[in-house]
Amino acid sequence: MSNHISRRDVLKSLSKGVIAGSVLRVIPLEAAEYVHRMVASEKATSPAGAYTPKFFPPQQYKTLVALCQTIIPADADSGGAIEGGSPEFIDLITSENPEHQLTLGGGLMWLDETCTDHYGQPYIRCTAEQQKQILDSIAYRKNALADPSLSPGIEFFAFLRDLTVDAFFTSAPGIKYLDYIGNTYLAEFPGCPPVPEA
Amino acid sequence: MPQVIRSPKTYDVCIIGSGAAGGTAAKVLTEGGLSVVMLEAGPPLYPEKDFKEHVWPYQLPHRGAGIGAKDRWGFGEFLAPNGFWDIEGEPYTVAEGSRFRWFRSRIVGGRTNHWGRIALRFAPVDFKVRSTDGMGDDWPLTYEELSPYYDKVESYIGVFGTKENIPSAPDGIFMPPPPMRCTETILKKSCDKLNILFIPSRMAILTKPLNGRPACHYCAQCGRGCISASNFSSSQVMIPPAQKTGRFTLITGAMAREIIVGKDGKCEAVSYIEKATRSEKRVNAKAFILAASACESSRLLLNSKSASFPDGLANSSGVVGRYLTDSVGSSGGGYFPQLEKMPPHNHDGVGGMHMYVPWWKFDRKNDFLRGYHIEVGGGRNMPGISEFEGVCEEFEGYGASLKQKCQSRYGTYIGFAGRGEMIPNANSYCDIDPVTVDEWGIPVLRFHWEWSDNEIKMAKDMQETFRAIVEAGGGTYHSRATPGGLNPYGIADGGVIIHELGTARMGSTPKTSALNKYCQAHDVKNLFVTDGACFVSNADKNPTLTIMALSWRASEYLLEESRKGNL
Repeated sequence: MSNHISRRDVLKSLSKGVIAGSVLRVIPLEAAEYVHRMVASEKATSPAGAYTPKFFPPQQYKTLVALCQTIIPADADSGGAIEGGSPEFIDLITSENPEHQLTLGGGLMWLDETCTDHYGQPYIRCTAEQQKQILDSIAYRKNALADPSLSPGIEFFAFLRDLTVDAFFTSAPGIKYLDYIGNTYLAEFPGCPPVPEA
Repeated sequence: MPQVIRSPKTYDVCIIGSGAAGGTAAKVLTEGGLSVVMLEAGPPLYPEKDFKEHVWPYQLPHRGAGIGAKDRWGFGEFLAPNGFWDIEGEPYTVAEGSRFRWFRSRIVGGRTNHWGRIALRFAPVDFKVRSTDGMGDDWPLTYEELSPYYDKVESYIGVFGTKENIPSAPDGIFMPPPPMRCTETILKKSCDKLNILFIPSRMAILTKPLNGRPACHYCAQCGRGCISASNFSSSQVMIPPAQKTGRFTLITGAMAREIIVGKDGKCEAVSYIEKATRSEKRVNAKAFILAASACESSRLLLNSKSASFPDGLANSSGVVGRYLTDSVGSSGGGYFPQLEKMPPHNHDGVGGMHMYVPWWKFDRKNDFLRGYHIEVGGGRNMPGISEFEGVCEEFEGYGASLKQKCQSRYGTYIGFAGRGEMIPNANSYCDIDPVTVDEWGIPVLRFHWEWSDNEIKMAKDMQETFRAIVEAGGGTYHSRATPGGLNPYGIADGGVIIHELGTARMGSTPKTSALNKYCQAHDVKNLFVTDGACFVSNADKNPTLTIMALSWRASEYLLEESRKGNL
C-alpha cells in the first residue's frame, strides 16, 4: 500500500464532500476503500486489536464507551454494544461527519457539564445511581415537557441510542442475538413456517 | 477549444447509455448484423469485485451506513455500485418552489445493476388514457402491437409470475413464482377479507436456469447486484451477447456532449468527453440511439443545437423536456404481534416481494383517475442500519429492556409502498439551466415540479388502504404521513421513486411529439430515443420492462429500415 497520502488527507477530502451538501455525496471509491483498509490495519497492528479513536479525545471516548455499554448491555445470552463495536462505529462515522461532531461531541460536553452542575463530577466519575438518574431524565422525550432545559440532552441521547443500536444489531453478536437465519445459498426457497393466530 | 480527435471508423449504430434500453438495443442490433459502438459515462463493471453480495454488515467498518453515515436513510452502501442522488462534478438544479431528486448510475449497466427487478406489463388501457378518461394523451401504439415484444423480453431475461387474467395487470411469459413468506400469508388473508387482489409478484429473477444463467439462490440481495446473474441486469444479460458477436465496441468513461448534424440534416457523429483525459472526441455512425435515461437523453437533445435545430435536436415540436412524470409514491408500515411468535427461520427469498397488490379498483369509480399498485416488504430480513429506529422511537429508554424489545420486535413489521400513475402536467418538466455547467463544461438540467390534486388524492387512498390491510390482519398501522405539509399523505417528492419518464414523448403527429411509435425522431430519420424519455404516460407499472420492449421493437425497426436503405 502506498503511503503517499495520509489518512488525514483522505479524511479531509471526504469531509469536504460531506460539508458541500446535506444529502449523500459521492465518495471516491479509492478513498473509501483506503479508509476501510486503514481501520482494519490499525486494529490489526495495535495491541490486542485496540481501536485508536479518530474523533473523540480519550476522556470523551471513555464516556462514549460507558454510554454505549449502558444502552445495550451484555447479558447471559449475548455480548452488548462493546462486543458489537458500537463505540468504534460511532467514532468512525463522527470523524467523517461535521453534523455528527456537533450533535455527539457537543452532547457529551453537555452531559459532563450537566453532571458537574448537579453532582460536582463529570458523568464518568459519577456514582452508578447518579448516572442512572441523569440517563433516566434524558432517555425519554416526554421529560422535556416538564423541564425544557433537558432538550439538548434528550436530542443527543436519542441519536446516540440510534447509532449504538445500529452498530450492535449489525454486528456478529447482535445478528446472532436476533436469531437471523439466512445470507446463504438455497436450491429452493421453502416458504416459512405457519404463522400463529393473532 | 482543444483539438477534437475523430475516430476514423464509421459504425452502423452508436448507442448512448448501457442500461435497460441501451443494452437491449445493443443485443438486438449486433445480433442482427450491425456494428455498434456504445458510449457509457461511467466505468466498466466487474461483478465479482464490485458487488457486495453475501457480505455481512460487520464486514464493512461503516456497517452499510456509508462514510459519515450519510447512507443511513438511503439505499446504503450495499447497493450495486455507482448509483447516486448527487454526483460530484455533475450537478443538476431545481427551480425555486420545486422539489425534485434525480438518481443516476454511472457504470456499465446503469441502474439495472441495482433496480427492484419488478417487471410489470402496461395494460391495454394504459396506452389509451385520453380515450378512457380525457386526460393526458393516447400512445401512438397499442398493447397488441407491443405485446410480442413483451413476450420476447420476458422469454429472454426470465420473469416469474402467474397467469391471473386481471385486466389492469396483463399476464406474461412466466417462470414459476417462489412460495409466500409468512408476512405475505398474513397479507393474503387480510386482502381476501377486503376483496383486494393479492397475487404473486412479477420479477426479473430466475426460478429456473436460463441460457446458462443459474436459478436464484434466495439470498434476498438482488439490490447489491448478483454475481451469478440470476436476476436481470443489462451489464450481465444484454451486453455479453452483443460482445459475443464481435461487432460491439464499448467505450466507458465517455460523457456524450452533443450530437452533430451533417449538411443533409441527419446525425453524423457524437461529440463526447473522454473523462480520463478530459479531452473531446468524436465517434461517427450511420444511426444513433439515445438510451442515457429519460432526462439525460433529453438533456443531450436540448444541448445539441444547430442552425437546423435552434431549439435542440428533434425538438421542432418544443416538447423535449416536457411531460416529465414520476410514479406517485407513498408508504407506511404495520406491526403484527403474531409475528413475535414466529420461530426463527430463513425468510430471505428473492430480493424483493414474492406477492403484490395489482391495481384492483379498475371496475369502479374512484375519487381520482388512474390507479396504483402496492409493493410489500418486511419480516426477518438481514438486520441493517436503522432497523430498530422505530423501536427506539416508540419505546425509548436504554439497557436490557431496550435490547429485549428490539429482539421481540425484530421481523414483526411489514412495509407498504404504493406506486401510482401521475398525469403529466404543464408545471413538471426539465430544461437547460441557463448558467450552470458540469465539470465537463456541459450545461446541466434544471427541474420544475408540481403534483396535481389527482396524485394527492391517490396518495390519500394509498394511506387508507395500507391502514385497512394492516388492521384487517390484526396489526397496528404506522405512518408519518399527514394530510397537510409539503408532502400531503406522504407523497414522495418528484423523482424519488426513480421512475422518471417522458421528456421526448412519442406520438402520431410531429407537432405535439418528438418521436414516432418506433422511437424514431420525427425530425431526424437516423435518430432514435428508446429509453424512458419516449413514454407518453407513466402507468402504475414500474417502467423497465416496457423500456426494454420498446427498445427491442425500435431496434428491430431500425434493422429493417437499415436493410431497406432508409436511414
